[in-house]
Amino acid sequence: MTNQLMSTRQTVIGLLTAGALGLSSLGSLVAAELRIGNAGEPDTLDPHHASGTWENRIIGDMFMGLTTEAADASVIPGAAESWTVSDDGLVYTFTLRDHTWSDGQPVTSGDFVFAMRRLLEPETAAEYASIMYTLKNAKALNEASMDGMENLGVKAIDDKTLEITLEYPAPYFIEQLTHYTAFPIPEHKVDELGEDWVKPENIVANGAYVVTEWVPNTHVRAEKNEAFYDAANVTIDSIMYYPAEERNAATKQFRAGELDMQYDFASEQIDWLRENMPDETRISPYLGIYYYPINTRKPPFDNVDVRQALAMSIDREAITDKVLKTGEIAAYSFVPPNAGDYGEPAYVDWKDAPYEDRVAKARELLAGAGFGPDKPLELQLRYNTSENHKKVAIAVAAMWKQIGVQAELFNAEVKVHYNDLQQGNFDIARAGWIADYNDPQNFLYLMETDTGPLNYAGFSSSEFDGLMNQADVETDAAKRNDLMRQAEAIAMAEMPYVPIHYYVSKDLVSTKIQGYVENTKNIHRTRFLSLAE
Amino acid sequence: MATFLFRRLLISIPTLLIIITIAFFMMRIAPGGPFDEERALPPQIEKNMLAAYDLDQPLVVQYWRYLTGVLQGDFGPSFKYRDFTVAELLITGFPPSLKVGGIAILLAIVVGITMGTIAAVRQNSGVDHAVMATAMTGIAVPNFVMAPLLTLIFGVFLGVLPVAGWGGGSVRNLILPVIALALPQIAYIARLTRGSMIETLGADHIRTARAKGLSERLVVTRHALQGAILPVVSYLGPAAAQLISGSLVIEQIFGIPGIGRYFIQGALNRDYTLVMGTVIVYALLILILNLIVDLLYSLLDPRVQHK
Amino acid sequence: MTDMAELRQVEPGGAAAPSARAWRRLKRNKAAMASMVILAVVAVLTIIAPMLSPHPIDEIYWDRIQAPPDFANAHWFGTDGNGRDLFVRTFHGGRISLMVGLLATLVSLVIGVTYGAIAGYVGGRTDDLMMRIVDIIYALPFMFFVIILMVVFGRHIFLIFVAIGAVEWLTMARIVRGQTLSLKNREFVMAARAAGATDVQIIRRHIIPNLMGPVIVYMTLTIPQVILIESLLSFLGLGVQEPLTSWGVLISEGAETMEAAPWMLVFPSIFLALTLFCFNFIGDGLRDALDPRDR
Repeated sequence: MTNQLMSTRQTVIGLLTAGALGLSSLGSLVAAELRIGNAGEPDTLDPHHASGTWENRIIGDMFMGLTTEAADASVIPGAAESWTVSDDGLVYTFTLRDHTWSDGQPVTSGDFVFAMRRLLEPETAAEYASIMYTLKNAKALNEASMDGMENLGVKAIDDKTLEITLEYPAPYFIEQLTHYTAFPIPEHKVDELGEDWVKPENIVANGAYVVTEWVPNTHVRAEKNEAFYDAANVTIDSIMYYPAEERNAATKQFRAGELDMQYDFASEQIDWLRENMPDETRISPYLGIYYYPINTRKPPFDNVDVRQALAMSIDREAITDKVLKTGEIAAYSFVPPNAGDYGEPAYVDWKDAPYEDRVAKARELLAGAGFGPDKPLELQLRYNTSENHKKVAIAVAAMWKQIGVQAELFNAEVKVHYNDLQQGNFDIARAGWIADYNDPQNFLYLMETDTGPLNYAGFSSSEFDGLMNQADVETDAAKRNDLMRQAEAIAMAEMPYVPIHYYVSKDLVSTKIQGYVENTKNIHRTRFLSLAE
Repeated sequence: MATFLFRRLLISIPTLLIIITIAFFMMRIAPGGPFDEERALPPQIEKNMLAAYDLDQPLVVQYWRYLTGVLQGDFGPSFKYRDFTVAELLITGFPPSLKVGGIAILLAIVVGITMGTIAAVRQNSGVDHAVMATAMTGIAVPNFVMAPLLTLIFGVFLGVLPVAGWGGGSVRNLILPVIALALPQIAYIARLTRGSMIETLGADHIRTARAKGLSERLVVTRHALQGAILPVVSYLGPAAAQLISGSLVIEQIFGIPGIGRYFIQGALNRDYTLVMGTVIVYALLILILNLIVDLLYSLLDPRVQHK
Repeated sequence: MTDMAELRQVEPGGAAAPSARAWRRLKRNKAAMASMVILAVVAVLTIIAPMLSPHPIDEIYWDRIQAPPDFANAHWFGTDGNGRDLFVRTFHGGRISLMVGLLATLVSLVIGVTYGAIAGYVGGRTDDLMMRIVDIIYALPFMFFVIILMVVFGRHIFLIFVAIGAVEWLTMARIVRGQTLSLKNREFVMAARAAGATDVQIIRRHIIPNLMGPVIVYMTLTIPQVILIESLLSFLGLGVQEPLTSWGVLISEGAETMEAAPWMLVFPSIFLALTLFCFNFIGDGLRDALDPRDR
């Protein structure tokens, strides 16, 4: 025990001195360094335990999956040079690129097999393991209802050839491989060091950068990986990721030139920014939906008329244009437009009706459900602590007031909020969803009966489930989209989830930075960026 | 004196144990757990995670394991910061907190006593009112307004000091957070000093000193000050406690990698082990500080004797 | 240990400190008197000012969101990020802040005085044990207490001051105990006891009246502290629930929009600062006035 503490102290002192040295040499550095306000302190550098976008930004600069994101976040070959797919869409054969880890060891298909087995091992307790449930037997293995990791549909044919078998043909699989849950892990390092492989002094990477230093809550520093296969085209030499969790302060740091980029700036600043830093303020549609689940298990919210009345009486444009003001787009569907190749989502049928008519209709529906001036509908609207959630809830409550709904606002901190949501302990609540991969399925599966606690509304429709199951095995893209659109139409008619607005990404990007391409995933890998003098 | 010290240290042990117990169980009463996220975990994965952290054990078992762990110096893993143990986080976080807090309290003592003394010597004059009004702004403006205001002025408009960040604890990075943290304490200390200085200046031995023809300056600095700072000394305990709650805000706004923010974030994240760790550190700190204050007090005030 | 704690307390007032004299002294203290007047005005404003405005507390004006002060529409303090009138909200918020301050202090007073008086009067082992408990809670970082209490019991307005009061009573208990300890051996108490007065009578007639001085002083100094704690809680997102508000909530909202909408910060801040100033001046004035030693 004592020994462990001692060694801990030594590493920490090492880290601190390293930090001090790094800083003192900063002044003399001429090499290009990118300073990012990352909007979060990473929980970990281990791709199997990561869960936040801020971790993805660091880990994704370090590791490269079989496929990876281009500057515009479109899918391009990464660790795999090429691949073939079987006719039934179930078996993929990848040929790996000839490349090495940052310590010179070759990246082999064994590293991928090792990584995916580790991800799905129940003992690993990987939070995001479910994303890789597309792999054959992955779910059963992760839930420990099946034994033997050799049953996982991932096999190394030889050092450079990897064969992956899927549970069902998932057309989004190639895109899924860009996700950090599918990154390779250096087996030789884990064998040597165990869980310590991920410490900054040990970690090796196959991507453009490798983390060399992490002073908790201060910064993570990554340096260019000279062994990266495309190192010749990487111009930024090092990256400082600052946690910058206090977003107002981070914006000031950006203004003072202490940061080159800030992800997710605080929207309170938007008016000022629009006026004073229009070129730096980068807002673009983001693959996410801000929505209000309605607890369908609880009367009177089990009545679809009540749910529709609540949904249609919300003036979404007033919220996006007057309250939020950061370019959010009023949402009339659950899947944002242009998710994958989905095209137009299934909108609610009152999308284009004038707001006054909708309000009148909502009153009518409520009256039909037995509510009126003598017996107003009383409900509690919950939201988790955040200035924006608060503003939206206040606005919505005011809109509901005009159809005779008395909404009590209830704010709780994030852990309490989601705990209550998962236990169905709410009437109506605020929630949000950011897609893991660019496909409508990643939104719609939330409403499937067997999704469990994440299906906050407790929505259950056998028709919806049936269509989604059909879509899962459909290999024709157009037909698949059509099945999902039918499913979404059911969801919009039943209205367990009230869409409020589609998310936008809100970044501040210095005009010095080149190669920043706005995209719906808001992924900007540093290897494609450069700093102008 | 030695027996007094020994007794106090002996009493600290059960005190700490009780604090650990209270904190442990209070933390667990709070609804929501470390893995309740915006994105709910599939039940099986949540089960895997609870098992990985022993959270599936009965509470009493967890408590016993935690307690025996702490006694051996093992504060457990952090639930949120997975790549670090709580001990590592505390060891890296404590020096910045101590640095900011320590300098702030020193600054508050020096400036506060000076201001208080000046005000007392010029009692009821314009100087007195001006000094005290200035000091009072420290009490009247909340930390979380003062801090962003200072960064806006000195960091953004004037551009002379960094807005936020630690910079390895460089002086430039320290100035604003130290000032923001010290301001309220300056006010309290100045007020305390003023009050007791006025009182002391009226005391017999001071009158005697004056009668001997000593200069007013000497009377104040040599004779009055020692007695007048007694209330300040006894205020240091509460001051430290207030500084701690102040640092929670200051560290967050200035991005200082101290344990203050671990405390708030830990509590809100249900990072049980991290909160417990910070609570223990704070409790120890408060106990030690109170001990020091008592010792100091007995050194300065001859009337106090330890039996 | 024990004797030290005693010495650190303010020296107790003389037997039956004549309140008239104290009042005379207080009246001479201009800062304190002015503070009382200002405070009274602020308190009255929090009650009547919302009625002076044509706007209700939760009405949203969609075409006037985050609008600067404007007399044409009677938004004397401007509007907030939801387009609600800030004049009304500032004074409504003041009502909550003052109420939290007063009630939390009252809670701490009741607990603290009872606890301290019992410990001091009974003395001996009971006293030792009770004060040991206070020491233990003292060493527990009190923000931890408050945060957990807020989280466990939800964020009901009443719980906010119970939570704060439940933490703030410690110092009160210490002061009262110290006072009681020294009072109970004073001649006039001894005399009462010799005359056959019961413990309850002694406590009621002799101890409590003599405690009033330091207790009142401490109270006036506790109220502003509690108001500040409430604002800190609001900053951490643990403040009162909408549509209720408090100065703390308004100020933490205003601090976020400091540059874009300074009026959101300035107005509530002025009233908060004013109130805190006043309470502190009154507290100082009272202390001077109640202290029997002539200056």
